[in-house]
Amino acid sequence: MLQTADSMPALRTTRPPGPLVIEIEDVTKVYEMGSETIHALRGVSLKIRRNEYLAIMGPSGSGKSTMMNMLGCLDTPTAGKYEFAGKDVAGMDDDELAAIRNKEIGFVFQTFNLLPRSNSLHNVELPLIYAGIPSERRREKAQRALENVGLANRMHHRPNELSGGQRQRVAIARALVNDPSIILADEPTGNLDSRTGEEIMALLEHLYEQGNTIIVVTHEPDIAEHARRIVRLRDGLIESDGPVGGS
Amino acid sequence: MLRLRFEFAESCKIAYAQLLANRTRSFLTALGVIIGIIAVTLMGTAIGGINTGFNRSMALLGDDILYVNKHPWASDRDDWEFRNRRDIKSESADRLQTIIDATARSGLLKAVPTASTFKNVVRGDFQASNVFTLGTTDEYMQIASLDFRDGRFFNATESRGARGVCILGCDVADALFQEQSAIDQTVTLGGEKFRVIGIFAKQGSFLGLFSFDNQIVVPLSAFRKFFAKKNSESDVRVKVRDKEHLEEAKAELTGDMRRVRGLLPDQEDDFAISAQESFKKTLDPIKTGIALAGLFITGLALFVGAIGIMNITFVSVRERTKEIGTRKALGARRRTILLQFLIEAVSICLLGGLAGLFFSYALFEVVGAAFPNFPIEFSLNLVLVGLLVSVVTGVVSGFAPAWSASRLDPVTALRYE
Repeated sequence: MLQTADSMPALRTTRPPGPLVIEIEDVTKVYEMGSETIHALRGVSLKIRRNEYLAIMGPSGSGKSTMMNMLGCLDTPTAGKYEFAGKDVAGMDDDELAAIRNKEIGFVFQTFNLLPRSNSLHNVELPLIYAGIPSERRREKAQRALENVGLANRMHHRPNELSGGQRQRVAIARALVNDPSIILADEPTGNLDSRTGEEIMALLEHLYEQGNTIIVVTHEPDIAEHARRIVRLRDGLIESDGPVGGS
Repeated sequence: MLRLRFEFAESCKIAYAQLLANRTRSFLTALGVIIGIIAVTLMGTAIGGINTGFNRSMALLGDDILYVNKHPWASDRDDWEFRNRRDIKSESADRLQTIIDATARSGLLKAVPTASTFKNVVRGDFQASNVFTLGTTDEYMQIASLDFRDGRFFNATESRGARGVCILGCDVADALFQEQSAIDQTVTLGGEKFRVIGIFAKQGSFLGLFSFDNQIVVPLSAFRKFFAKKNSESDVRVKVRDKEHLEEAKAELTGDMRRVRGLLPDQEDDFAISAQESFKKTLDPIKTGIALAGLFITGLALFVGAIGIMNITFVSVRERTKEIGTRKALGARRRTILLQFLIEAVSICLLGGLAGLFFSYALFEVVGAAFPNFPIEFSLNLVLVGLLVSVVTGVVSGFAPAWSASRLDPVTALRYE
């Protein structure tokens, strides 16, 4: 069960990093915007291991969003190497990328991105439908995921019947439900008040302690502080990469 | 495979929710399809009805009877060529019958002479105008399938003796005698008195032009005695042994008739042999024409409906771009998205199709109740065709928008507001 922010342990534990899950080497990304050419990433190398809690920071225009899209397999690099759990992502087509996203990556969006007309349970079941899991197993797993984020009593509510924090919890349950290798959260507290934001960060902390790999993309230092390692981007390059408080 | 099934079920759920959420919009869009499907069923029924009516009429003529006339039923030659031909005499029938009986394994069975004209039939204050008056012999019974509502046909004695007896078509009988029994009553036909000995059962009309119930049948001898040769047609009807070999029978009859008419080998036939198929040949191009015109109108109606569906599906894709992005991020493949929007388009079309079928059914019931003789049919085939056409319309019109949705870049789609 979820621990609330108040009962969160004061002492932060850092889990020992596991095997390599993401390996990016000298990745560049170039966009053509009309006549303009934008170099969003100019040669970035990064290794992420299992059981890491990583924050990617940077001001707007730093390549932060591009980095997140790349890590989330929503986009492929223009040049460079990207391996996800040993698989070459850079050369994959749309449907192979969709399969990787489905199985390996749990997305948490700033705007929650829940289906407005579906209840919590169905929203959480969605990745399982695309994974081809039969309905009883689907229901069972979705229920467990919702219990895990403290929403056992909100399973049949629609998004518009939930508070912002509850919506984000549903989104987190959806990210978790298919047991992904990484959870990728893009400004997860951006649309929440600070108290609710703290609750969500406590939930992520809890998930990290349960053994999940978490990557948070944010421009807020307070949020980044929750992670164990911070990667700072500037002008499409990595400016710094180190443990929290260490830079 | 399993995954496809789940995706399919999910797509159906989405389509259902989508339809419910946009009731007015869905209805207006479906209206195009409803009109299209009504057009399809009406056209299908019209064509089917024409066929049914046609076949029913053909059956009345008898599909195993050859008609020997001066005039062919269907010809592109001028009428005067036929008018100057020698009449087909009633005696020809006897001579034909002699030849037929003498021919081993003849394809022909029975030749019966007939003569016809149009006359008024009167009884007291009641009159039936322009009644088809047929003179024939008692052997007519052997070539025509006659059902009687009352009474009988005339016998050989009455036939030969030029007796004033007659059989009435049921409409004539009803017009002259209302509710009373007509049997043994007297009617006046062309100034002569005839005693009613029988009434035919209801037969119907030929292509809605000629009613078989508006006729009176008298012995040929009486017909000859009382009615002028002028303005009357005489011909011979020949029943064939096997209607599957109509062409051979026709050839045989042509040879026999040439003998009867005493034609030399270099002389052209001065008679015509017709069968119900002659009508078929004439009417088939008309039927095809109606069908093609119908198809065109139907196609047009469906096309307009399809454009509406395409448009609304494009709108739907645009509105839900962000949702498409989310679904793709969660692992929906191109196929999944394609399926989702296709099913949405097909659902609208199917609902429209069902509504259209319902409306046409109601329409048919009303028309059928108002005009019981109107040959319309609402068949299971029509339902199947209607549903199939709906689905095809949905797939065709939904494909372009669904395809564009499936090709959306997830990054762009997620950023769309």
